[in-house]
This record gives sequence, structure tokens and C-alpha cells, in this order.
Amino acid sequence: MFSSIRSLWIVFKHMFRRRETVQYPDEKPYLAPRYRGRIILSKDPDGGERCVACYLCAVVCPVDCIALQATEDEHGRRYPDFFRINFSRCIYCGLCEEACPTYAIQLTPDFEMAEYHRNNLVYEKEHLQIEGQGKYPGYHFYKVAGLKIGGKDKGEAENEDKPVDIRSLLP
Amino acid sequence: MPYVYIDGKKFEVADGQNMLQVALSLGFDLPYFCWHPAFGSVGACRQCAVMQYKDENDEKGKLAMACMVPATEGTRISIKARQAEEFRKSVIEWLMVNHPHDCPVCDEGGECHLQDMTVMTGHTYREFRFKKRTHRNQDLGPFINHEMNRCIACYRCVRFYHDFAGGDDLQAFAAHDHVYFGRYEDGPLESEFSGNLVEVCPTGVFTDKTLKQHYARKWDLQTAPSVCHQCSLGCNIIPGSRYDKVVRVLNRYNREVNGYFMCDRGRFGYEFVNSPDRITNALSRTDRSSDFEQVDDNAALDAARKSLGEAKGIAGIGSPRASLEANFALRELVGQDNFYSGDSERQKTLTDEVLTVLRNGPARSASLHDVEQADVVLILGEDLTNTAPMLDLAVRQAGMTKPAHNAKKIGVDHWHDAAVRELMQGERGPCFVATPTRTKLDKFSTRALRASAEDITRIGFAIAATLDDKAPAVAGLSDETLAFVEAAAEALREADRPVVISGTSLGSRHLIHAAANTAFALCKEGNAAELAFVLPETNSLGVSFLDAPSVDEAFEKITRGDIDTLVILENDLYRRIDRATVDSALNRCKRIIALDHIMTDTTGQADVVIPVAAFTEGDGTLVNNEGRAQRFYQVLSPGKAPEESWRRLLALAGANRRNGTTLDDICSQLFDTFPAFGDRLRIAPGARFRLVHQRIPRASHRYSGRTAMTAHINVHEPQPKTDPDSPLAFSMEGYHGKPPSSLIPFFWAPGWNSVQATAKYQAEVGGPLRGGDPGLRLIEPRPDAARSYFQPEPKTDSSGNKPSIVPMYHIYGSEELSSRAAALATRMPEPYIAIPSADRESHEVSEGDMLSLTIGNREFQAKAVVRDDLPTGTIGIPIGLGPFVGIDPNASVEIARGVTS
Ligand code: SF4
Ligand code: SF4
Ligand code: SF4
Ligand code: SF4
Ligand code: FES
Repeated sequence: MFSSIRSLWIVFKHMFRRRETVQYPDEKPYLAPRYRGRIILSKDPDGGERCVACYLCAVVCPVDCIALQATEDEHGRRYPDFFRINFSRCIYCGLCEEACPTYAIQLTPDFEMAEYHRNNLVYEKEHLQIEGQGKYPGYHFYKVAGLKIGGKDKGEAENEDKPVDIRSLLP
Repeated sequence: MPYVYIDGKKFEVADGQNMLQVALSLGFDLPYFCWHPAFGSVGACRQCAVMQYKDENDEKGKLAMACMVPATEGTRISIKARQAEEFRKSVIEWLMVNHPHDCPVCDEGGECHLQDMTVMTGHTYREFRFKKRTHRNQDLGPFINHEMNRCIACYRCVRFYHDFAGGDDLQAFAAHDHVYFGRYEDGPLESEFSGNLVEVCPTGVFTDKTLKQHYARKWDLQTAPSVCHQCSLGCNIIPGSRYDKVVRVLNRYNREVNGYFMCDRGRFGYEFVNSPDRITNALSRTDRSSDFEQVDDNAALDAARKSLGEAKGIAGIGSPRASLEANFALRELVGQDNFYSGDSERQKTLTDEVLTVLRNGPARSASLHDVEQADVVLILGEDLTNTAPMLDLAVRQAGMTKPAHNAKKIGVDHWHDAAVRELMQGERGPCFVATPTRTKLDKFSTRALRASAEDITRIGFAIAATLDDKAPAVAGLSDETLAFVEAAAEALREADRPVVISGTSLGSRHLIHAAANTAFALCKEGNAAELAFVLPETNSLGVSFLDAPSVDEAFEKITRGDIDTLVILENDLYRRIDRATVDSALNRCKRIIALDHIMTDTTGQADVVIPVAAFTEGDGTLVNNEGRAQRFYQVLSPGKAPEESWRRLLALAGANRRNGTTLDDICSQLFDTFPAFGDRLRIAPGARFRLVHQRIPRASHRYSGRTAMTAHINVHEPQPKTDPDSPLAFSMEGYHGKPPSSLIPFFWAPGWNSVQATAKYQAEVGGPLRGGDPGLRLIEPRPDAARSYFQPEPKTDSSGNKPSIVPMYHIYGSEELSSRAAALATRMPEPYIAIPSADRESHEVSEGDMLSLTIGNREFQAKAVVRDDLPTGTIGIPIGLGPFVGIDPNASVEIARGVTS
């Protein structure tokens, strides 16, 4: 009896509280940049594709909804030939972003992805790729890696010495 | 059996081992780099450090390298001691000082021993703030990619390439932390075993270039236990596929067969399954002058069935490059009397002779492992490097047997690699090579002799006669030959475990007899002599078990008009028999039904072509040159490639047979019909086999992309296909523990992602797999058989000046299927005609001339190559290259004049 009256009282009190309901979609909520929504693929500071097709996002994905195939350009730069995310399976856990060694794959605060047909939720590389660097400006994997690619010879990466002359015996 | 103590626990261990081996065998995780079970220890990398204690009262202990500590009675070590752990962690840290930030773009990633060891030791953060040393890479040819920055200078590559496999062109260069592993200059690695660097190198310095073209991580591959189809040795392999395409082949450890290694033909020859010449659609046509039309499979099967129904006489031609099951299914379809073995009469006689010798003689057929253990080797007529590459590698190891014995006598264990080699001073055990041309093994032999096939035969008989005077003698040997015979006979007589190696590549039956006589004579002396014969194809011996007549006999019946319809199973007849003969036989046939996986000249002559599975797409059983029956399993999921030929043939035999549609069904029929094959379940478990009620998954538990890889076609994931033929599953789900040895789809253990995980599957490190090595030996010797010696052939009169053929073989090019593999094809030599330098003048040719010659009555043209190692009076013909197929080495040959250079 007492608890019923107490409940009624609490409900009654709420009539004088500030309204929390947001008039979505007329009013958009604020979502922090780290909110985990639609996944994008970002680009290097110099505009090259950031993804190096290392398969780490694919392997860490708990629902296995990322599939890609690595390929290389004629100078040895590796990139994905195709890159597909099946968003109808994605649980937006953000593990792919955690795993990505190049900051290529990022989750964005866009969650408005409703579709009438599931197959419209299958995104290919052209749907995922954005022009900018996303949340992590400045990082350029190939500038750190030892691999030689077009425009960056051996020894030209950050923190690298010039290639050694193996025919020299000098220390 | 000594007792040792590891971390305070007492263990009984095998004799003559080191503590690293012992610890790994006991299941401890102890990091290492430079030690390899096949090469032994050098103590170079300092990674396997442990604390060693004098006795139970020693509390201080000292740091020692486990791989250099002999496991003798009372040895005490601690793996867990803090000092040792810290030391191992710092070693990794030092190695990582110069290591590039490459894992995401490194092909080794995910199966990298360095990654595993880094995680195992707990090193996580690079604190070194100075610059990294860098290297330039080399172009090492079509097989191996080079990325020198990643090197940790463990020296395994040169120890394999140079010390173990005897290659010259990979060396360590430069000094201190500049040390560089590569060739003197860019260029393809010359060794036939270079592909093993991919597995031997614990880092991503050497990686598989064919994999790189469609790179996928190890965890993403669908793999299955398989057997190499590219020569008669049947090395065990693991092909891996991604997105329904085979992307690489890895070695599969089987101590009795190939151990840790395989040859480049086997490793890179797989690419033929991705060739544009693959038959993907059934083809049919109404008459042979018109073009093929693509038809659907059932229409082709109906057409074939109709032709069989209308036929006046049928012949089913089997194939030594197809599985036992496929051959047997064809035999079932056409009936025993109409089944032909698929070999030419010439080859069939040779293979049958080998089988008889092995079955009825007192000499045991040697496995590759047996050859490695042999202390004296005699090679009669085979250019092993090119006809049975891994046998060549085994012979190179056999050279170590005797020196290792000698080292043992003065207390140096065989695993003490550097010490044993120091002691040897380049000395090798006795090895005698008699071949028509130079071979790569000459360098490792005690004596190498150049002689014609006929003379080699006589050498074999002479050695036998020297060993046992009851063996028939031969007269009239030259002094040089006599010296060879004497030396070989003496070494063989002294041997504890001699092996005689020969084969059919020179096309001589008497040569097989000569080898047999030598081995028999040795057995009579009480030695456990072994015999190894090289055969031309993967299932040559298996087909011989089926005991069917040769293709020539089928052709005869065609000529007589008894046969008008042919069913040809995975066989290019033009590679076996003279072109004109095949043409005339095929032209006489009303209907030709060919089953194959790749277009050949023979399928080009057919009326109906039925596509069938290549070795990665189906299951089957093969018998290798040792007489070991081995099972290979389907790698690609069903529906992604044509069905096995045995399935197609059974479908042809009766549209709705209820029984006889799975591998088990056809196997049990086959094994019932031919009791010589023994018990099929001893080759591999049947399809109903389960572990904890589960199948064995073909994919790792971290196989990725399942819900996206086909989502662009259909967003609903397809159900994994069930495998009616084996206990393996086309999926990542199932029992993830250790399967029986014949069903190991990949080597993996927690913390061990690289091939080094093999150790976890072995009964003891470097020993047999748990539960015994896969495969079933079908032939055992009969030690007490009343052995009779073979008689030598009378010496032919060589006064006529017709030259004879020396068949010359090439690892890249002589085998049919691998020569259609993209990377391998770039290493194939151009077709040539080899002229002995002594005969250059009489033939009036010089190097590079375009030469025309007739073999039998067929004409050939190719560039002349002058060789100083060819016996005079011969002409070298490169078997399998360009037009040089279907050649009888005993045919007459004549050089036609008047061709311009
Ligand atoms: S983890 Fe990053 S770099 Fe690697 S494949 Fe995924 S998106 Fe590309
Ligand atoms: S060798 Fe191993 S540790 Fe080094 S970059 Fe390659 S995967 Fe990473
Ligand atoms: S190349 Fe590989 S095997 Fe050779 S020393 Fe370097 S890390 Fe070791
Ligand atoms: S030796 Fe023969 S069976 Fe072994 S890998 Fe090479 S080709 Fe294959
Ligand atoms: S493995 Fe023992 S020192 Fe290298």
C-alpha cells in the first residue's frame, strides 16, 4: 500500500522535471567524436589511401563482417583491392579501429544507417573511403615503416639511417 | 635414459639431446631462433638462455644457452628463473632495435616466429631512440621476395641454404650489425630448395612471391593435408586457399617422407591450378574439325553415356598422375578387361619391374628419411636434382651420416652443428654417382662418373659381381669404370646402411636390374641394403599395382578395329607416346571422352571434355616411389571447382547409384578388389571419424570475413558445405585440438603461430608425428626370398655410328603440370638439342645453331647446345621441354643437315 502511494508520488514529481526527450529527427542529438557509428576509411596527410590491407581489422572483428583483399601498386605500396563491410552484421564495437595500425579505419558519430533492404548495408571501399584523415590527423604509416614505396626509398623513413653499403668494412 | 631437472621437476629424456630440444619436447615454451631441429645448434642467437645449476645445492647458477647444454644425467636448468627471463627479454629488445615497423605490410605477419617470441618474452616497447639500420633488397627471382631490413641475423638461412642444402649463391656479407644475407648480385636463387627459406627464416626477410600476388594471412587460409603431385616422391604439403583460390603451398611435416622441407617445383608448381588453361566448363562437339561448345555438365555426362552405350568397343585409359580412386572408378566404368593403365608400354614395363624388384627382393624400399640415414650411397643413372629433387636433398644429408658417427665417437653429439662441421673439415660420407651428364650431386660425391645408360648398367652389374661372386659378372670395362666399380664396391661392403638409388628416367630395364643386383648382393653380405627407385609420376607405382595393360595395347586394338570409343582419364597421351602414333589411334576412334582439369593436346582431340578436380579440389590416394600410400584432401570448398574424376566416372557408370558415391565407398571397393593395398583405414581415418563428436576444421579459429566475403552477392551467408568424403570440415568450427597425423590441416599451437608449431605435433621434437607419421607402406622386403640375380644384357655393338639419345631432365619443365605454373614457367630453359663437344666437329654444329633432327620418324628443331659432359656418340634431348614430349629414349636419332644458324 505504502509503496504504491510512493510510486504515485514519484511519478507525480516527474511532471515538474525538465523534459529529456529530443525531437529526433527534427532535432539532432550531440554525439561525441568518439561515438561508435558508421565506419569510414581515412586517408594519409598527403592524400594516399591509409589502409595497408593488413587484415587486422578483419581478424579482430567479432562478427567477421570485414572482408578485403590485399594488393600492391607497381612500387610496392600495399593497399586493399576491395574492402567490404557488411553493416547488417556490424555491432559497432570499435575493435577494428583499435586494431588498425594505420588509423585507416575509424568509427564516426553517424548512426543513421537504416535501410529497407539488408543488402544496401553492404558497403564497398568506395562507400567507406573519405577524403580526409578523420579523427587522427598527422599519422602516415609508410613514413614510419621500412618498406620502400613510390616516392620513399630505403632509409628515407622517419628515424632511419641511409642503407648500409655491404661492401664496406668500416664500422 | 638420463634424468634431467627443469624448474625443479625431474624428467626422463632420450639420449644424446640438448636441453632446448628436451624442453620443447616436454612441452615447455622456450624461445629460440638459431636452433632448428634439422640443422642442430650453434648457440648464436642467445635467445634460448636458461639458468643452469651444478647440483641441488647450487642456488646461484649460471646463464647458459639451452641449445648448447647436453641433456646428460642430472642436468639442472630453470626456464622460469628471473635472470633468465630478463635476459631473454633483453635479447629480443636488442634484436628489435633495428627492426622495421613493418608487421602490417609484412607477409610473415601472423605466422612470424619473431612475433611469437617477442610476445613470449614479454618485450613490448622500443626504448632505443637512435636511428634504424636499413638495407637494400635484392631481386631473387620469381619465387622469393627479399626484405632485408627485417633480418635478425640468426644465420638460419645460410645454414639451410649453404650448409644443409649445399647451395652456393646465398651468403652472409658485410660485418657487425651490417651483416647481410643475400646473393653476390641480384638474380634468381639457384638452389632447387630455395623455397624452404620462407619457412626456415624466422622473420619476413624471405617470403613467398607467389603468395604475395594474392596475399592472405595464415589465419585466413582454408587448408587441408595434401600430397605433392609433381614427382614420384609424394612430399606432404599444405596448400592454402582464400576466396576459393589456392594461394600458396607450405610443407607438411612427415618425418618418413619430406621432413621439414620440400623442393621449389612442389612449392611453386601449384600455380597450374590457377592457370588460364584450366577446364572450367564441360566441352562438346559433334565432329573433331569443329570448335568446342560449352555445355553444362549433365549434358556432357549424357553425351558421354550415350557414346558409351553406342560403342562397339570401349577402352578406359587411366593415368599415373591421377589418384588410385580415379583409376579404379574408370576401371569400374569400363570393366576390368577394357581398362588400360595409362602408361606407355615402355614406361609400364619399367615401373612394373621396379614393383617386382621391391616386392620380391630382399632389399627394402627406402623412404627419404632412410636415405638421409644411409652411410653410403650409390646412384645409378638418375639425375636426382631434376627427377626427384627431395631425394637429392636426402642424399646430401646422407653425406653427414658417417662424419656424425665419427664425431659421436669422440663425444660430440650430432646436434652440435658447428662442432661437427669443424670436425668434418668438409669430409663427407661415401657417395658414388654414375650418370650420363653432370649432376648437381657430383659436387657432393666421392666419385662421379660420366657414362652412357648402357655402361652405367654394366657398372651396376659389375659392382654386384664384385660384392658377391654368385652375381653375374660383366667383362670389358674400361680402367676408369673399373676403378669406380672397385671403390664403390669397397665402400658399400663396409657400409652399415647402404642405399642404392636408380630409376626409370633413362628408360633402361637392365639398369633397374643392375641396381637390384647390387642391393641384393649387399643383402647377401648381411647388410640391410635399401633400394630407392625414381619413377616419373606421382602415382606411377600406384597404377602399377592395378595391373592393367598399357596404352600401346589399347592402340593396337584400335588399329584392329576392336575399340572405337575411348575414355581418357587425366592423361595427355602425347606426353607418353610418339605423336604420329597417338594421332593415328585417336583419329580412328569414333568417340573420345576426356576427363581432365587442364587443356592438353589430348583433350584437344576429344569429342567430349569433362572438367574434373585438380589435386587441390578433390580427395584421393597416391602411392609414392617408396610404396607408401598417402591420402590427399580437398582444399577448396565443393561447388567452387569441378568434382573429382572418380565422382564423375561413378556418375557416368550409373546416374543414381546409391552406393559408391563417397570416398569411403570407392575406397572400400578398391581395397576389396586389390588386397595389396591393405587396410584403407590405416592410410587415413574414414569420413565418419570424429574427435569429441566434432569434425576437424580446415580453417583456423580466427578465420575472418565470413559474414562479408560473399555479402556483395548475397547478404545471407551460405551454410558451410559438408564434406561427405573426410572428417575435415569446410569451416572454422570443429575440434581445435591435435588431430591424427594424417588429418593435420595446419600447424598451430597457442603462442606458436609460425611453422615452428610443428614441434607441438611431434612425439619428440624432430621425431615422428604423434600417433606415427602418415601414410602406409605397401611393400615390405622379403629377406629370406630365394633371390636370384638378374642377368646383364649382352653388350650392344656400338660400331654403327648412329648416335643414341640421352634424356635430359629439368626440375622446371620436365614435369607436365608444374610447367604450366606461372612463376615456374619463367625458370624453364628454352628447348635445345645437346651435342657432346667431342662430336661437335663431326656433326658440324656450333653452339646456338638451329638444328634439326629426327627421332624415330618425327622431326624436331631447336637450338644446339654444346656440352662437354655428354658421352660421345650421344645426343641430349631435354625431356618435356617444348616439342620434346613422348620421346622414347631408345629410339633412333639422326641429325639432319643444312639448317642455318
Ligand atoms: S586494420 Fe587498418 S590498415 Fe589493416 S586492413 Fe584494416 S583498415 Fe586496413
Ligand atoms: S618479420 Fe615478423 S616481426 Fe618483423 S615485421 Fe615481419 S611480421 Fe613483424
Ligand atoms: S634472413 Fe632470416 S634466416 Fe637469415 S639471418 Fe636473417 S632472420 Fe635469420
Ligand atoms: S620432391 Fe617431388 S614430391 Fe617433393 S616437393 Fe618436390 S616435386 Fe613435390
Ligand atoms: S637457439 Fe640457442 S642460442 Fe639460438
